[in-house]
Formats: sequence, C-alpha cells, structure tokens
Amino acid sequence: MSKELLEIKNLKTSFRIKDDYYAAVDDVSLTLNKNEVLGIVGESGSGKSALAFSVMGLHTRAKIEGNINFKDENIANISPAKLNKLRGEDMAMIFQDPLTALNPLMPVGEQIAEAILLHKKDMSAKQRREKVVDLLNKVGIPRPEHTYDQFPHELSGGMRQRIIIATAIANQPELLIADEPTTALDVTIQAQILDLIRDLKEDMNAGIILITHDLGVVAEMADRVAVMYAGQIVEIADVETLFDNPKHPYTRSLLNSMPSEDESQDKLHVIQGIVPSLQNLPRKGCRFSARIPWIDESAHEENPELHEVAPGHFVRCTCHNHFYFPDESKEEQVNGVS
Amino acid sequence: MWKFIVRRLFITLPQVLLLSVLIFLMAQMMPGDALSGLIDPNIDPAAIEKQRETLGLNNPWYIQYTDWITGALQGDLGQSFRYKMPVTELVEQRLINTFWLSVATLIITYIIAIPLGITSGRYNDSWADQLITGYTYIGFATPLFIFALVMLWVFGYQLGWFPTSGSVAPGLTPGSFDYVLSKIQHLLLPAISMALITTVNTVQYLRSEIIDTKQKDFIITARAKGASESRVYNRHILRNSLLPIAAFFGFEITGLIGGTVFVENIFGYPGMGDLFIQSILLRDYSVVTTVVLLFGIASILGALISDIILSLVDPRIRIK
Amino acid sequence: MAFLKVEDLKVHFPIRGGLFNRKIGAIKAVDGVSFEIEQGKTYGLVGESGSGKTTTGRAIVGLNDITEGKVTYEGDELNKKGKAIDPRRDIQMIFQDPYSSLNPKKRVLDIIAEPLRNYEKLSRQEEKNRVHELLEQVGLSPESILKYPHEFSGGQRQRIGVARAIALKPKLIIADEPVSALDVSVQAQVLNFMQDIQKELNLTYLFISHDLGIVKHMCDEIGIMYKGRYVESGTKQDIFNNPQHIYTKRLVAAIPDIDPKKREEKKQFRQEVQTEYEQSYNDYFDNEGLAYGLQSVSDTHLVALPEKG
Repeated sequence: MSKELLEIKNLKTSFRIKDDYYAAVDDVSLTLNKNEVLGIVGESGSGKSALAFSVMGLHTRAKIEGNINFKDENIANISPAKLNKLRGEDMAMIFQDPLTALNPLMPVGEQIAEAILLHKKDMSAKQRREKVVDLLNKVGIPRPEHTYDQFPHELSGGMRQRIIIATAIANQPELLIADEPTTALDVTIQAQILDLIRDLKEDMNAGIILITHDLGVVAEMADRVAVMYAGQIVEIADVETLFDNPKHPYTRSLLNSMPSEDESQDKLHVIQGIVPSLQNLPRKGCRFSARIPWIDESAHEENPELHEVAPGHFVRCTCHNHFYFPDESKEEQVNGVS
Repeated sequence: MWKFIVRRLFITLPQVLLLSVLIFLMAQMMPGDALSGLIDPNIDPAAIEKQRETLGLNNPWYIQYTDWITGALQGDLGQSFRYKMPVTELVEQRLINTFWLSVATLIITYIIAIPLGITSGRYNDSWADQLITGYTYIGFATPLFIFALVMLWVFGYQLGWFPTSGSVAPGLTPGSFDYVLSKIQHLLLPAISMALITTVNTVQYLRSEIIDTKQKDFIITARAKGASESRVYNRHILRNSLLPIAAFFGFEITGLIGGTVFVENIFGYPGMGDLFIQSILLRDYSVVTTVVLLFGIASILGALISDIILSLVDPRIRIK
Repeated sequence: MAFLKVEDLKVHFPIRGGLFNRKIGAIKAVDGVSFEIEQGKTYGLVGESGSGKTTTGRAIVGLNDITEGKVTYEGDELNKKGKAIDPRRDIQMIFQDPYSSLNPKKRVLDIIAEPLRNYEKLSRQEEKNRVHELLEQVGLSPESILKYPHEFSGGQRQRIGVARAIALKPKLIIADEPVSALDVSVQAQVLNFMQDIQKELNLTYLFISHDLGIVKHMCDEIGIMYKGRYVESGTKQDIFNNPQHIYTKRLVAAIPDIDPKKREEKKQFRQEVQTEYEQSYNDYFDNEGLAYGLQSVSDTHLVALPEKG
C-alpha cells in the first residue's frame, strides 16, 4: 500500500421511503491520501453528508452497497463492535452545529474524555484529565483547567467547535471527516477554525475529508476537490485546476453564481430549476441536463461516466464540451462585432 | 441556584396565602354555618344569635379569616360536627394513611413506567412498543373508578388475595411487624390500581423523550467517538430523557390527589380522599375546608418540588 | 432631508436578577447607532453574531422597543405614538429563515394578503387580484395561492416572504440575512430578484448580513457594527479598499479567497492582521472593549477612533 488511506469504490447509499429504496449516494468512487485534504462540494441534497455518514457508519437505516476500504479492510457493513473500534480511534468526525453536537448535560471536558476512555481503557482518570487539558490547550482554549468542567451552553460557538475538534483529534485519528465545520460560525471565527484544522493536519499527518457548500472554504483548504450533484461526483480535480479550469456545467454555474471579487458583474448567474428531491432524482442520462435546457440533448451521454480530461481531472458526461452560458454567447457576439 | 430556590419559595408563600383566602371565602358562601347543624331547632333564635355573636360569626369576613388562619397555624382547624372531634385530630391519621398510599402508588408508577417507557422509546415501532403504546391508550381511556371497581371485584372478592376495605386489620398492636404487614397488604391493591392507570402518562412521556433524544445531534457525536449502542443509551439518551421525568415528579403528586379521592372511596380506605367525599355528603364544612386546603397545599408543594428538582439536575438552570 | 435617518439609536434589554428579579443591569444590544439612507440605495449593516445589527433592523420596524434615540422616516419620527398616518406600512421586513418565518398552516393567499387585510379594506376579489399580481411580480405561478409553504423550495419561500413584504408597496425594506439559509445557487436567485424589484419599485434596502461577499455585491454604503456600536462606515470602496479600523480589517481579511493560488499569501496577510489586532486592541477599544465615537476621515468615511489629545 502506498500513501492511499481511504478508497471508496462504487458506493451506493440508499434510503427507504415508503416501499422503495432511493440512492442518495449513487455510485461514488474516490480515494483519499495521507496528509491530504479532499474537499467535497455540493448544495443541500447533493449527497455529500450522506457520503460522510456512510464512511463513518453513522446511518442507522440505510442500505449501503459497494466498498469502503480503510486500513486494509472493507468497512462498509462491518459489525458494530469492529466499527466502534475504528470510530473515534482511527477515524473521527467534526460536525456542523457545535451547539447541538454536544450533550447539554455533560461537562465538555468529560465529553472529550469519553473519546479517550472508549479507546484507551488502561488510562487512569487522572491521566485522562491531563490528556484532555492538553488537548484543550492544543485547540486554543484559554483556560483549559477551568473549561474542563464547564457545560456547552457556557461557551461561545467558536469555543464549542474547538471542543468538538478536540474530541475528534483525541486519539490522533488517521482519517478526519469535517462536515460543514464552519457553516454555523462567524467569519472571523471561521478563519480561526480553518487555520486550526490546517495546523492540526500538519501535526497529525492525517487525511481530511472536508464537506462544505462554501467554495471559498474549499479554495482555502483543499488539495483536491470533488463536486457532487444529485448523488454523484460530477467533477474531481486538484484545487487549482478546479478553480482555474472548471469543466462541468454545474461547477461552472456554481462558481458563476457567487458574488465575485471584481465588481464588474452586475447580475449573478442563476441555475435554472431546483435541486430535485431524493425521490425525483433523474436516474437515467445526465442528471444536470434538466437545469441547462438550452444545451442540446445530443450533447449528453446516454449513461454519463467520468472522463479523464487531464491527468487527475475527471468530468462526468460529455456535455461540458458543448456548454455555454445563455448570456455569454450573446456577449461573445457583441465582442466579435466590436 | 440557591437564589433560584429561595426566590421560588418566596413565590410559594403568597400562593398558599391566596389559596387559603379563596378556600375560606368559598366556605363562607356555603349555606349555613358552624351552628346551624349543631343546635336543636327548638331553641330561641335570639339565643342562637347571641351565641353567634360570642363565637364571632357575625364579624366581617376578614376578621373571621384572621381568626381562622391564626387557629390553623396553631393546629386548631375547628371541630368536626359529624365526628365530634377536633378536625386536626381527625385529619392526622387519615393524612398518614393517604401519605403511605401515595408513596406506594408513586413507587409502583415508576416501577412500571421506567422499564416500559425505555423499551417503548428505544425500540419504537417494534411489536413491544406497539403493545406498550396499546396499553397506554387503554389506560388513557379507562376511567379510574371503573378500573378500581373491577380490580376490587377480581382480586378482593373473587380471588380473595387482598382485603377489601380498611387500612389495617383490627386487633393488631401498632408498631408490631404484623401491623406493618397488614398495613402494606391493605394499601397494595388500591396503590396498584391507581398506579396502573396513572403510570400511562409517565410511560408516554418517557417514550417520547427518548425518541426525541435519540435523534439529537450529540447522539451522533457519541457514536462517532466509538461508543457502543448500550453506552449511547445509558450515558447519553437515558440520562437526558430521565431529567424531564424527574421534573414531572412534583406534578405526579398533584395527579395523585384526584386519584385518591376515587380509589379511597372504592376501597373503603380511610384516607383524605375518603374523608373529603364523606364530609361533603355530611356537610361537615370545617372538615371540607381543611381537606381542600391540604390538597391545595400539596399541589403547590408538588410544583415547587418539580422546579427544585429541575434546578438541581439541569446545569442550564443550575449555573446562573 | 434623508429618507431614513437613525440618530443615536439605543436598544437596551434589562438583565433581571437577585432575589426579587429586579432590573440589575442592561444588555446594550444597540448602543448609540446613527446612519442615514438615501432613497433607492442599498445600505449594508454588517457584523458578527451579537453585534446588534438585527436588533437595529427590528427597532426600525418597531419589533423592538427603542430605549433612546430617534428614527426619522421622510421627516416623520417613527417611535412616536398616535400618528394619523402610519409610516410603518411603508417599511417592511424580510426575515432570515424562509422555513420558519412563514406560518405553515396558512395558505400562500392568506400569508401574502395578511398585510393587505391589516391596512387596506379590499373585497375578496380585489384581494385575490392583488395577490395574483404580487405572485407574478416575484415570479411564482398564480396557482400557488392555494398551496402551503411546505410545498415550496427554500428560494421560492423566500420569494413568498418578499411578496408579503412588498404587498403594501413599501418604500423601505429591511432584509435581515435574507439569503444566509439558502444554497449558493438559490442565493443568487434571490439576490438578483431583490435587485430587480428594487429598480422596478424604487425600493430602498437596509441589508443586514454577516457575509461580506454578498454585502459587497449588493450595497452602496456599509456600516460595520461591533458590540452594539459602529466601528466604521462608508462607501463600499471605503470599507473594502481602505478599511481603517482594526476590526474591519480583520473582518475583511477573514473572507475566504476563491483563488487557491493566493492561499499562502492570504494566510500570511491574515496573520499580520491578527497580530496587529492583538497589539493595537487597546488603541481601538475602550476599557469595556467597546468602540469609541465615530470620526470622519473623509466625506463619506467614518471610523471609530479614540479622541486624540
């Protein structure tokens, strides 16, 4: 094994609605290397969180097919006992909302200590407390001894997120999954938390999957980026390529819909239509085609696959070769005349 | 937290005071007074009027109230004309009986509610849950007095497992082992009957608390730490779900009062509820007032206990 | 005369405590805020959670009581009672969360018609026609009137919220984080649409947001709030190209850069700003950690600096 830490192969995670199963993650394959940050970007309903939960085995009622290879083992559908050994020890997770992710009735120090207790059974209570205080120090909490006995509601949002991070890194996991870690935080706090995660990564030599809807966060943090739409990866590339030379219509539309640095652009790009719900996901053809109706049907593949357009740069469907923005074509004409 | 409790006590005092005023005024509005039942109707009305004057029955209500409440605070709640004894003495023994009946009922309530609530909440939508929820619906729908009658008929008369009335078998020396045993035997059937019906509230409450807590984000955090299912349940879900149940405890007491009124009557158990009905039927006003006052105080105390428990166990209130 | 003028606005919430729950202090949610908005412009109010930006907006529409200060709208003072004409119908609010700000048990017709029913006496048919017009204006189909909020997507719900807000043909709309609960692509939709109806109806916006990227896109003038006070205000150019207050600098530095190549540069810049923030904190804030009064550094640009001398 080289430096590959996690390999997801043809993962399909389906939820049961009434009598049928619907795939929220549909045939996703990707790899994560050690010491790498893989950003997964998508809007709500893209399946990005369902993917993270599948890796952590946190879905309670879902059908999981395909392989999740981690530490020489396929961990999709392994026994709860085996899973619990891995979780918190070899892989850990940081959550979106630091208030609800903490037990309101337990001192925060104890909540971090629990992660250690579960995996280092021979440690004494005193050692454990020392370790937690160390961790609190590491994540930048000013008075760790005092904070240990405080309850979540006594801390600010940024401090709570540091507690969550301390819990996640308590046993030096090799794989860290951060699910929208800064969405609930203020900008200045967001910057601090992102810096913290970056520093910790260098410290621990861990692989990080960063799930977010915020392209800015991805641009700041990720080494490679996967863009998800309707349960599938539509584009995957290293971060610079993705921002410099995005191919898939969805990626390009997303980037265009953000207010940009230069103020020349007056109107933001709007993606037509809405993200289809799980039950209404198109299961055939290009899933994004309905939202770019001005592109001719023949531009799409019948069964869109990921094509390697450059080394390490994969794009789903052939429609990207024919894609243009509706207003763009007019501009080009104008430019051509002048 | 101490501030909270002290403040809470400060609210309780005026509550009790207001309650006593209301009860007193209601008693005043009832037809007749302490003399009307006591005295031979052939006596000269002028003599009765004189008697009224000396007893202070013609004073304005607030003076009478002050007299009454001063007496009550000193343990003098007047005379029961039916039993021809001081109300205080009459109530004392009954209060003790009702107290033990309530304690037994509460214990049985929780013995039933906690395992059922946990099973139902943890394995919701399983057949066990459906069975338990079915029971709670029946419990909600069944009137206590009918259920108590059925229990008495089946276990008291048909099977003969339990005595059918009284609070203790006659002829036993108070304090002896047999006496205590007999006491327990007497209160068991009414307590079980009442608990079986009143517990359904707690079962439902605990069930929905557990189902609610199960879906909280911090449960996912616990699983992500590698906590086993049983640990997730014991350390995170149960602890957090039992908290509101603990707070509910005080209100259970209030609920019990209504229950004892029926149950004591049906089982001929000499307690406060029994006394309450009897004294109303016999227009024994001084007894009615006292019983209502005591019930009211019990309710207010129940709410107080609930708040105090909650403030003790919930850090969000504790630390302020 | 300014269109909307806020002068020394203070909104304090009492802190109760002690044995008898008496007022023992006050949270100064808004502590002396002044600004003016011109008609047809978009004024951005920026700050982090707890800065008082939302409270300021709510105080202007009358959802929070004003402790002190004056809000004048077209020359009329707003917090005075007993007015013949209610200027508040000219001022409407759009809320942050399109999921919870619409009553789930009411149909779209009733939601949008509610302000009409409060202020105008219309017949059933007139009312229905107005709602149809409004729906058309916000780009929803007329059949929507009989549907319930849960049948719409987030962006559509926010449009319903906007339709309700513009029902009385207001002149000023206070938009409190109107897009922060929405996905990026839906965000674009709502922002574009807000700009369209602004031109169409000559609306004035007070745009409250924590997202500097969006504020930059939408606003002409910007005020930065911190702990209930203004730290800086000025035109978009003043704030983004020439921030003077250390807090503004820190806020601007914290915006993630969309260009991954500038990552290192950006990180270094952020660290410099952070160091400067820590070193000069005492120069910019008083003993309580509050900002000083505003002083003008140019015609349009005000900064909270300590009085020198």
